[in-house]
Amino acid sequence: MAGRERARWFDVRVERTEPVTSEVRRIVLDPGGPVAVPPGGHIEVAVQVDGRPQTRCYSLVDDGRDAGRLVVGVRLAPDGRGGSRYMHGLRPGDTLKVCGPRDGFGLLPGRERYLLLAGGIGITPLIGMARVLRDSGADYRIVHAGRSRDAMPFLDGLRADHPGRVECAVSGEGTRLDLAGLVRDAPEGTEVYVCGPMRMVEELRRHWQQAGRPASALRLETFGSSGTHPATEFTVEIPRLGIHATVPRNESMLDALRAAGADMMFDCLRGECGLCEVRVLSTTAPIDHRDVFLSDRQKAAEHTLCTCVSRAVGGHLSIDVP
Amino acid sequence: MQTSRSFPLNAWYAAAWDHEVGRSLLARTVCGAPVVLYRRTDGRVTALADACWHRLVPLSMGRLVGDGIQCGYHGIRYDSDGRATHMPAQETLNPSACVRSYPVVERHRYVWLWPGDPAGADPALVPDMHWNDDPEWAGDGKTIHTECDYRLVLDNLMDLTHETFLHGSSIGNAELNEVPFEVTHTDTTVTVTRWMHGIQAPPFWAAQLAERFPDHTGPVDRWQIIRFEAPSTICIDVGVAKAGTGAPEGDRSQGVNGYVLNTITPETDGTSHYFWAFARNYKLLDQRITTRLREGVSGVFFEDETMLNAQQRAIEANPGYDFYNLNIDAGGMWVRRLLERMVDAEAGV
Ligand code: FES
Ligand code: FES
Ligand SMILES: [Fe+2]
Repeated sequence: MAGRERARWFDVRVERTEPVTSEVRRIVLDPGGPVAVPPGGHIEVAVQVDGRPQTRCYSLVDDGRDAGRLVVGVRLAPDGRGGSRYMHGLRPGDTLKVCGPRDGFGLLPGRERYLLLAGGIGITPLIGMARVLRDSGADYRIVHAGRSRDAMPFLDGLRADHPGRVECAVSGEGTRLDLAGLVRDAPEGTEVYVCGPMRMVEELRRHWQQAGRPASALRLETFGSSGTHPATEFTVEIPRLGIHATVPRNESMLDALRAAGADMMFDCLRGECGLCEVRVLSTTAPIDHRDVFLSDRQKAAEHTLCTCVSRAVGGHLSIDVP
Repeated sequence: MQTSRSFPLNAWYAAAWDHEVGRSLLARTVCGAPVVLYRRTDGRVTALADACWHRLVPLSMGRLVGDGIQCGYHGIRYDSDGRATHMPAQETLNPSACVRSYPVVERHRYVWLWPGDPAGADPALVPDMHWNDDPEWAGDGKTIHTECDYRLVLDNLMDLTHETFLHGSSIGNAELNEVPFEVTHTDTTVTVTRWMHGIQAPPFWAAQLAERFPDHTGPVDRWQIIRFEAPSTICIDVGVAKAGTGAPEGDRSQGVNGYVLNTITPETDGTSHYFWAFARNYKLLDQRITTRLREGVSGVFFEDETMLNAQQRAIEANPGYDFYNLNIDAGGMWVRRLLERMVDAEAGV
């Protein structure tokens, strides 16, 4: 975890795939040998979207129920970029290329208190962390939020494994998540690990910041896979280069621009590094910033955006590139 | 999928002497991992991976800023948990920007570091080397940087018959090779016990006994009780007493007793940090004896160092050849077996 571990892709075999809720499948992968799974770790998976190879990150469901396997929980995202459809189509015996596992959260043992907060499918990385915390005798609390039970997988197993420590807020049932209250009630010295939709993560971050809590005690992971709006098709142009592109719902602006011939710089592809940042000349629709590189101030100004994850909410965008 | 290591990672290893770590950055490689060590403003020790998250330069070339560290290249700042707290040229923090932080415990005059899974880093597992800071004992030690596999040092300490030949002018005597010895073990310890009755004390021990009993010239009973504690600590209970005064039965009042305290930390597969000290339980306040003993043992250990480094070169010069083992190697063989089991357990074999 100093520097970046070089990507090493290897084959895994799909051993089993089973429904967890109407929207989520548990997919059990056999790596064919021992693999160490860091708490909160994820793998990268090579997927096919409309016949094109792409990669997606999936957190590992490390609930101890399938020892020696890599388990992912995938929610079928009808308005997503298409990776989940591919994953839901997998059958036992299929072969997948994966890379990892990698640790994005860096769970630190020995803290006074922990709050694990998940929105919907974001519970997956927290499952392994919760196990480590339980086994080390830590003081921890798990809060799971979602719009309906169907969007909140693994809740029963979690309750069974962590009696008295799991709370949930189901907006469809009228129990709303009170992020301001969570921050207020979290005692001094609490460390928060959060995974969920961008909107929730961003709101929590704002409350955390406003309460004057240390930024380093809020650990988050987004993979840039969600924004504050559903993904929709939009068009983009680079007038200086005479490049026009249509960005379909299930493709990134970066990919569409590259396919149209733009020579783009990028690296992380998950909205963290800022290397894919471009200048916005004009836009006819709001920008859905899905990165964690730009600050709130920079996002509100709408002068720049990160093309690997961010999008326009329909309409037409005019940009210039480095 | 895992290449076999020669050392387990889920264990405490001495990374430094307490006095080596302060308000400056100390670079050290422990079990193949470059680490930077320093003390926070409250005096407690931090150990972070010595490679910047950004472009891998050693953080030990940066500087301390309060309890954290600033990379000397592009200025990313990390707190004492290794998490980025400031990133130049952007208004946010990259959520994955961090370097690994290692569990550390300061005990028995060493800073101990746990290179493996932090969940297992229980301070109760730090090897017992209490003679190093016990008020009933006095002593001091040094560090040897060996150019050999750490297990060669363990072999060396588990079999003291080599004293006769390698240290003949100081602590060696012929009886070391003649008297029987006893080897016992548990899952984490190996003990080799040897008593030599009614022998002439070798020069080193004759001098020590004379510190307490200047008039004694007769024979002595000599003991060596070598105790290995996994993965790489060996404390040797050594001494001589006037012959026939009951030392073997437990009355050491007519003798002098020391502990040779050794803990060996693999640096790489072929090098190690060998921390040693010699503690005694007589004339505790006499600094002259402390210094003399430290320098005396240092001279003896230089003979070992020379041999061990040459042994490593010889191993490399004879690829495809393994050791033959003798009965005197029993202690070292048990040590290697316990280590192999620990490494296999970590690899999930
Ligand atoms: S490539 Fe890193 S933020 Fe887009
Ligand atoms: S290498 Fe450390 S900040 Fe760039
Ligand atoms: Fe020796």
